[in-house]
Amino acid sequence: MIRKPLRPLAQIITAREKGENPDVIERENLAERHAEMQTKARQRAEGRLLVLCMFFLMAFTAIGVRMGGLATSDPVEPIASTASGSTIAMQRADIVDRNGRILATNLETHSLYAQPPQMVDPQHVATQLVEIFPDLDRDELLEDFTGKRKFLWIKRKISPEQKQAVHDIGDPGLLFGPREMRLYPNGSVAAHVLGGAGFGKEGVSAAEVIGVAGVEKEFDGYLRDPANGGRPLELSLDLTVQAASEQVLMGGMRLMNAKGATSVLMDVHTGEVISVVSLPDFDPNDRPRPPTSGFDPSVSPLFNRAVQGVYELGSTFKIFTTAQAIDLGLVNAQTIVDASGPMRIGRFPIGEFNNKNFGKISVTDVIINSSNRGTGRLALQIGPQRQQEFLDALGMFDPTPIEIVEADGGQPLKPRKWGELSTVTISYGHGLSTSPMHLAAGYAAIANGGRYIRPTILRQAAPQTGTRVMSEQAAAESREMLRKVVTSGTASFGEVPGYQVGGKTGTADKPKPRGGYYESKVIATFAAMFPAHDPKYVLVVTLDEPSVIAHGEERRSAGWTAVPVAGEMIGRIAPLLGLRPQVEPDWLSDITLTSN
Amino acid sequence: MKTLLYMMTSLVVLGLAFWAYRENYTTQQVLKDTRSLHRQIATEQARIAVLRAEWAYLNRPDRLQELADLNFDRLSLLPLRPEQFGRVDEVSYPPTDDVIEFTNGVEVSSFGAEGQLP
Repeated sequence: MIRKPLRPLAQIITAREKGENPDVIERENLAERHAEMQTKARQRAEGRLLVLCMFFLMAFTAIGVRMGGLATSDPVEPIASTASGSTIAMQRADIVDRNGRILATNLETHSLYAQPPQMVDPQHVATQLVEIFPDLDRDELLEDFTGKRKFLWIKRKISPEQKQAVHDIGDPGLLFGPREMRLYPNGSVAAHVLGGAGFGKEGVSAAEVIGVAGVEKEFDGYLRDPANGGRPLELSLDLTVQAASEQVLMGGMRLMNAKGATSVLMDVHTGEVISVVSLPDFDPNDRPRPPTSGFDPSVSPLFNRAVQGVYELGSTFKIFTTAQAIDLGLVNAQTIVDASGPMRIGRFPIGEFNNKNFGKISVTDVIINSSNRGTGRLALQIGPQRQQEFLDALGMFDPTPIEIVEADGGQPLKPRKWGELSTVTISYGHGLSTSPMHLAAGYAAIANGGRYIRPTILRQAAPQTGTRVMSEQAAAESREMLRKVVTSGTASFGEVPGYQVGGKTGTADKPKPRGGYYESKVIATFAAMFPAHDPKYVLVVTLDEPSVIAHGEERRSAGWTAVPVAGEMIGRIAPLLGLRPQVEPDWLSDITLTSN
Repeated sequence: MKTLLYMMTSLVVLGLAFWAYRENYTTQQVLKDTRSLHRQIATEQARIAVLRAEWAYLNRPDRLQELADLNFDRLSLLPLRPEQFGRVDEVSYPPTDDVIEFTNGVEVSSFGAEGQLP
């Protein structure tokens, strides 16, 4: 750039010629130069300001847009952590038996729904759907399709074949949603334990599967908890034993013309229930609706007789009376007690089966002959207070703690006033109503040497310690008496070679729903343990209203009905449980007694 | 010198921007792969579940019982009974007809022959 000189020579000479001051020219030029410099500096500063303004404007716009975007968008989890596997797990855990065999699992199916506004040819669709699902009604469907409805469910669960068939109709108004359904592959096996499942909240893309009964309901929270990572729920049941028990019991029930039957097989050390059967049963895959009418809930196949069926279980209770009497030191197995008649409590006569009179007999013979008067007199020696405490310790006054929802319904019925009469009748099993599960837990206490253990449906890792309810000695003597009931008493049909069954029969008249007892309807029970010298399992078999013709007369007593069924069952399931038949060792308790 | 510094800085910024851009896309690709793997695992698990359910269904006690009854003349399968338990010494070992011949026996009677045992 050529700078303009401050004192241009031409102007200076001209000014000098005119006699003017040449310095004026210099100052003018200087001022002009300064003004130029100022303009330049201002322009630069303005430019910088503009750039800065633009920068801030853009920055604020960017922040504003981002804030607006954040404010209007839906909150979502960052997807950077997709590594967790819990999202993959099934929504409901499996249920398996003690050997890991599946009792309940999930299956993916589809549901079918319709959106009538999108339907092309409702008439054709309705006709075709009725062909695929014969239970649908064509006119109703057509009414729904042509009416105001915008959405309707057609089927909750459909099979892949049905889905394909519906797909082939090719109407855009028919849509499928994924569904996870509960499957019980073994059908009716262990139906009462498993219960069943149904749909809870339903949406198009998924539905909640919830347990409606049995362990499915009891452990609903556990089964649905994603924190378990799909770990299955392990039950104490053994599928093979359960199926065999059901088969034998079903045969026994038919043979004995019984209305219903139940059996409970329990491990006496761990309290695990290996099999529990209640007949008639149902298919949990297609659970019937609970009865809405009718006085008696026990006629429904949904009724779980093993835990809900609260009945007087009759003479099976006698062993508790004698065991307590021995435990208290009142008697021992050989003590002679008075079982002679007549016997009256207040104005009520206490009789014997078939009006027998046993006279004075030993405690063992009281159990073998099932003498009401003998146990009654022992109970009077024990007294109502101690009797109640003992039965309470055996869990006879509360619903069983087994983990099935229905168990809470098995509240035992006990007399409101527990007087002398109640003491005597309850000593032989009348006046106190319990479920077969209660009885099994009580017998387990005798079988395992005097400790009460809680029956459980969950697989246990170790034996329960339990609280002591009677001495080892009392339990051992009771076991010997129970063994003699089978070898020489009322339960002779229960003998299974090699397994030394010990047990007690019980035949109780069935109470009428409106009070009083039926003349010819009984509940026949056989409570057994095997092998009697070192019991591992307790089995309770109960038949509801059995009646069989044997030796030319109609027989209803447990010895003729429940005992043979139980014997057959033990012969069938003991090998499955891995029990080897063995030669019966001599009873050692006699030696112990002489040493006293 | 200053110009060089400016150029270097802007080059570094460019380079970092490019690196971040690439990392971003790699991450998204990895996430996409993971998602597809998860979907695959879920499909496989559903398939395993179906197969397990089918296995359990085919092995249900009722069906096995029926099959045993149907094939009774060929298999003669009966429910397990206590009489079927036996002792080991009751099992007759199959007769051994052929005598094993030693073709290249090793002399072990002499002391200290451990190393020669086959």
